[in-house]
Amino acid sequence: MTGWTQINGTAVALPQENVDTDQLIPARFMSAPRADGYGKFLLHDLRQDAVDHVLDRHAGADVLITRRNFGSGSSREAAVYALVDFGIRAVFAPSFGDIFQSNAVNNGLLPARVSDAEIDALLDAIGTDAVSATVDLEKCAAVIAGHTLTFELDPVWQEKLVNGWDDIDLTAQHNDRIKDFRTARFAAHPWALPAS
Amino acid sequence: MTAPQTLFGKLWAAHEVMRRDDGTSLLWVDRHLVHEGSHHAFVKLESRGMKVAAPDLTFGVVDHYAPTRADEMAADIRRMIDTLGRNAKAQGIRLFDLRDPGQGIVHVIGPEQGLTLPGLLINCGDSHTSTHGAFGALAFGVGATEVAHILATQTIWQQRPKTMRITVDGALGAGVTAKDLALHWIAKLGADGARGHAIEYAGPAVRALSMEGRLTLCNLSIEGGARLGLVAPDQVTFDYIKGRNFAPKGADWEAALRDWSQLATDKDARFDREVAINASYIAPTVTWGTSPEDALPITGHVPDPAQLSGSKQAQARAALEYMALEPGLPLDKITVDQVFIGSCTNGRIEDLRLAAKVLAGRKAVVPGLVSPGSAQVKKQAEAEGLAEVFTQAGLEWAASGCSMCVGMNGDQVEAGKRCASSTNRNFKGRQGRGARTHLMSPAMVAAAAVTGHLADVRPMLEGRT
Repeated sequence: MTGWTQINGTAVALPQENVDTDQLIPARFMSAPRADGYGKFLLHDLRQDAVDHVLDRHAGADVLITRRNFGSGSSREAAVYALVDFGIRAVFAPSFGDIFQSNAVNNGLLPARVSDAEIDALLDAIGTDAVSATVDLEKCAAVIAGHTLTFELDPVWQEKLVNGWDDIDLTAQHNDRIKDFRTARFAAHPWALPAS
Repeated sequence: MTAPQTLFGKLWAAHEVMRRDDGTSLLWVDRHLVHEGSHHAFVKLESRGMKVAAPDLTFGVVDHYAPTRADEMAADIRRMIDTLGRNAKAQGIRLFDLRDPGQGIVHVIGPEQGLTLPGLLINCGDSHTSTHGAFGALAFGVGATEVAHILATQTIWQQRPKTMRITVDGALGAGVTAKDLALHWIAKLGADGARGHAIEYAGPAVRALSMEGRLTLCNLSIEGGARLGLVAPDQVTFDYIKGRNFAPKGADWEAALRDWSQLATDKDARFDREVAINASYIAPTVTWGTSPEDALPITGHVPDPAQLSGSKQAQARAALEYMALEPGLPLDKITVDQVFIGSCTNGRIEDLRLAAKVLAGRKAVVPGLVSPGSAQVKKQAEAEGLAEVFTQAGLEWAASGCSMCVGMNGDQVEAGKRCASSTNRNFKGRQGRGARTHLMSPAMVAAAAVTGHLADVRPMLEGRT
C-alpha cells in the first residue's frame, strides 16, 4: 500500500446515520475474490433501489460526507474494499464503527471525525451535488464546498496513512520479543495452552 | 501498594508484549479463531509466502456458510467451505469442519470446547467476538488485515480503549432475559453509545445470569459500539468450564483457578464512564427499526418521527418506510410472516429450552426455522426432547450454523417479509434483501410464532416452570 498526503477531488453527501457494513456491502457478495474489484458492490442494494443515487450520478467522487456511526456492525473488511475500489479515499462523519476505522486505515482510507454541527453545515452546503474537496492529511484540514474545517484523526493512524505502512513489516522487527513473551506466558500460566 | 485495577486493566497488562512511544500496544493473542470469511487474510499471508506463526493456538470453524439442510450446497458455498479446509490443512490448523461433532458457530463452540477461558486474549475476524468476554477474557473482533497480522505474528497492535462499567442493579423479571437487558441499554445509550470503550458488566442482575445469559449480553456489546464486553469470572464461570475438551486439567486446572480468582476488578478501581441500570424496570424488548438502538418495551408503540429531534427524525422516517410501519401502532399489533431462532446471540441450549417452554403444547401460526448454535447443542436439544417440541409446534428443526442471522448459507428472509428473530442485527437487508427484522429474545420469538404477531411472552409463561 502506498501512502498519501493530499486529495484534490470531489465530495458527495450520504446524509444517513448508522450506515452499517451490511449496507456498504451485502453479505452475498463477500465470497468474490478481491482481484475482481469490489467497487460495484458499494451500497449495492441502496443504489439499485434508488431512482437516482448520488453515487451513481457522481461516480468518481473521492470523499464521502455522512452522519454518525458510519461503518457500524459486521467486521467485514470488504465494506472498506468496496469504498476504496469505488474510488473513495476519505469519509467524514461524527463517529465510526470501531473495527471499520481500523480496517479503513489498513487500506489507505481516511476516517475523519468531525462534529455533528460541522456535518450539518457540510450537508447543507453540498446538497445532492458533487462539490470540490481538498484534504490535507498532514494538517488534518480540509476545504469542502468552500467550507474550511479541521478533523480529528488518531496520530498513529495519520502516520500509517501518510506512509502507507504495513503492520506485518513493523512487527517483524519485534519477533524476538514476541518469542520470549510466548515462552514466559506459557511457563507462568501453563493452563493458557489448549489442553488435549 | 499498587493502584487498584479493573478487570480490563489486568487483562491488558497480562498481554502487552511492548508499547510504542505513541501509546499503541502490541498484544499477545492466546486464541485465534478463523472461519470461511477469513479467506482474504489467508490470501494476504500466502502472497507474502508466510506460514501461520502459531497453528497450535489457531482454530478454524465452518459456520457462516454452513448449510442447515441436507443435500443443499450451492457451488459458491461449497467453494468457501473447501477454501477454509484447504487453508487449515496447509497451515496445520485444527478445523471443526461440517461433519465434526464439535462444529457450530465460532462464538458458541469456543466456550463449549473449553477454548474460551478467563484471562485469555481471543481474536476472530468477526465482530461478535466480544461474546467470549463473558468469561473474563479480552475478546474482540478484527478485520481481514488484522487477521492476516495475527496469523503471521500471533500478536495484534491495539490502542487501549477507555473503560466503562454498566452496573445492573435489581433483578430481571420473569420472562425477561439478557437479550432484553442488552437491547435496553443499547436503546438508552445509542448504537455508538459505547464507542471506543471496553465495557465491564457488573451488579447483582449480571451476577445472577447464567453463562448463556452472560454470553448473550457480551455478544451484543458491539451493537452498542463497544470494542468488547466483560464479566468477571466467578463460580458460575468455573463450573461451566470444568471438564470441557480443551480446558485445563489436573494441576493446570488448580493453577488456573488461582489465577482466575485474581482477575476481578479491585475495589476502588476507576472507570472512565459509569452507567447504572435497574433491571426491574426492563420489559421484554423488541426492535421496530433498522438499528439495534431502535428498541422499545413490547408494551410500547411505534414512535412518531415528528416527535424526534434533528437527524434522528429523518433516520426514523427511513426506518419506518423500510419496515412498512405506521407511527403510533402498538408494537404487539405488528404481524409477522415467519420466525427464526438461532445465531451466536441466542442459539445456545438455554435459549432453546426457554423457547420450547413457550412452544410446548402450542402451535405456531407462521412458519419458522430453528438452527441450534452448534452440533453439540443440536444433539443435546434432541436428547432433551426440545427438537420434538419445535417440530410439533410446526417449526423446522435444522442443522447448526450462522444460518438466517446473516443469510450467507442461503437461509434468507424474502424481500418484504417480516421476521421475528433471536439474532443481533436488524440492519436493512441483513437477513436478505428487503427483509424486515424484529430483534427479540428466543422466548419472545416463540410468542410471536404462536400468535402471529409481536407479543408479550410473560403471560404465556405463567404456570410453566
